[in-house]
Amino acid sequence: MTTATESAQLALGKPSGRRAFTDKAMTALAYLAGAIAIVPLAWILFSVVQLGLPEVLSVAWWTQDLGGTTDRRAGGGALAAIVGTLEIGLITALVAVPIGVFGAIFLIEYARGTRWSRVVSFMVDILSGIPSIVAALFVYALLITILGTGRSTVAAALALVLLMLPVVLRSTEEMLKLVPDSLREASYALGVPKWRTIVSIVIPTAFSGIATGIVLGLARVMGETAPLLILVAAARNLNLSPLSDTMSTLPTMINTGRDVAETLPGYGRVWGAAFTLILIVMGLNLLARGIARASRLKER
Amino acid sequence: MAKRIEVVDLDVFYGSFKAVEGVSLTVEPRTVTSFIGPSGCGKSTVLRTLNRMHEVIPGAYCQGSIGLDGVDLYGAGVDPVAVRRLVGMVFQRPNPFPSMSIYDNVASGLRLNGVKNKKVLDETVERSLRSANLWNEVKDRLGKAGTGLSGGQQQRLCIARAIAVQPEVLLMDEPCSALDPISTLAIEDLIQELKESYTVVIVTHNMQQAARVSDRTAFFNLAAQGEPGKLIEIGATEKIFSNPDEKSTEDYITGRFG
Repeated sequence: MTTATESAQLALGKPSGRRAFTDKAMTALAYLAGAIAIVPLAWILFSVVQLGLPEVLSVAWWTQDLGGTTDRRAGGGALAAIVGTLEIGLITALVAVPIGVFGAIFLIEYARGTRWSRVVSFMVDILSGIPSIVAALFVYALLITILGTGRSTVAAALALVLLMLPVVLRSTEEMLKLVPDSLREASYALGVPKWRTIVSIVIPTAFSGIATGIVLGLARVMGETAPLLILVAAARNLNLSPLSDTMSTLPTMINTGRDVAETLPGYGRVWGAAFTLILIVMGLNLLARGIARASRLKER
Repeated sequence: MAKRIEVVDLDVFYGSFKAVEGVSLTVEPRTVTSFIGPSGCGKSTVLRTLNRMHEVIPGAYCQGSIGLDGVDLYGAGVDPVAVRRLVGMVFQRPNPFPSMSIYDNVASGLRLNGVKNKKVLDETVERSLRSANLWNEVKDRLGKAGTGLSGGQQQRLCIARAIAVQPEVLLMDEPCSALDPISTLAIEDLIQELKESYTVVIVTHNMQQAARVSDRTAFFNLAAQGEPGKLIEIGATEKIFSNPDEKSTEDYITGRFG
């Protein structure tokens, strides 16, 4: 009896030998991989904050454009680029959100399981894989080569629509799929028509997810550069007209200043623009989290 | 309020699969009729044809006629949305709208059909919650989410929501199968009160429940899996449970199969 208990205790002891070694080695590897993944991110963030912070902290950065300055002359700010980036983002969202959301409603609520919906879904999958430069060249060929409209902010925004649309459509589709059919049936059983069920039951139930998808889609296209380089000329002055052929944006501001010598004032502005762009995208991501959290609180 | 339902020669299909064949039955106003039978016999399917919810499923349709006080629910020019306003439904799992408060859930049927008058809504919400025996439990938290209630309370909330639009008929598809015995008792008591104003049809797997709550019982069965379900017999609940005409009904009731 006593011996049986002792041997049982022995068998329950900590692993030793080969097994213990494998465990330690794998744990170390996992930590190492984690660290390697974080290092470049931390490094980028550190450089951007260190070099960009002085610019971003000045009032002029947010209130003045670069008109009348050069890379050699200090002064001015990123107002033109910030406004331009937000303006392009807004135009992109105004086109992509209705098409994406209504498209998803059509696919899930009206055409679910049909051949037509599978074809559209397949197309959207392909669209979500195209590189931004291909979207830009497509819009260039269509608007500028064929229709002859010339370069403009709207043209750049349309290329970004091609990139944002699949994100919005796909995420809205997934959110609508998550709404249980029992809720739709409960609404029908009350004598509520289908369109009213979609507007008043399905969309509100999926709202936080749809909003999060829209904001994340917007964050994705805000930093895109290729369509801006191809479809609209960079500028230094504040310009609000979306039809004008020049528009300052943060990505193109970084691009035009990328080879400025370290000793010149223009060097700091490039890092400042990078930091500002990160702030905007991070702000959008935080907004998305806020929306998700706010709706979760309501459910309690 | 409360109307007679007459089903004549009803065949129900899911695409090319015939799920139910040749059902004819009558449901009297202000009574509780229960549908019993083994799984897959088509009792829920028949129930869902009574308010045209069956056709919500892609490819599903039915043949035959269903009359509500003489009006054919499947006649030409009949709007399924209008049918569902007359014939309400409570589902197997409680399904309050998660984006709405308790108050909004009960008011939803009226609101989504265009009623905006606050006084009418307030009165309807209180009356419906009282009828569903839920008022005293929730009157201090009408603004809270309906999904925060217990399962039994949620199901009574769904019943309140269904009767808020004052239907003629109330269909219940296994309303207690997801509930504990205490909540089940509360719903069964409620059904007894509801039959004073409504025609109630209830699908249940629980034969004791059918015996307790219903005036008439319909027994459905199917010859084999893959064969269409059929109505075997319908009659007064005491007769079905004590002296049924058909052998298979007696076998099912006494637990010899199913």
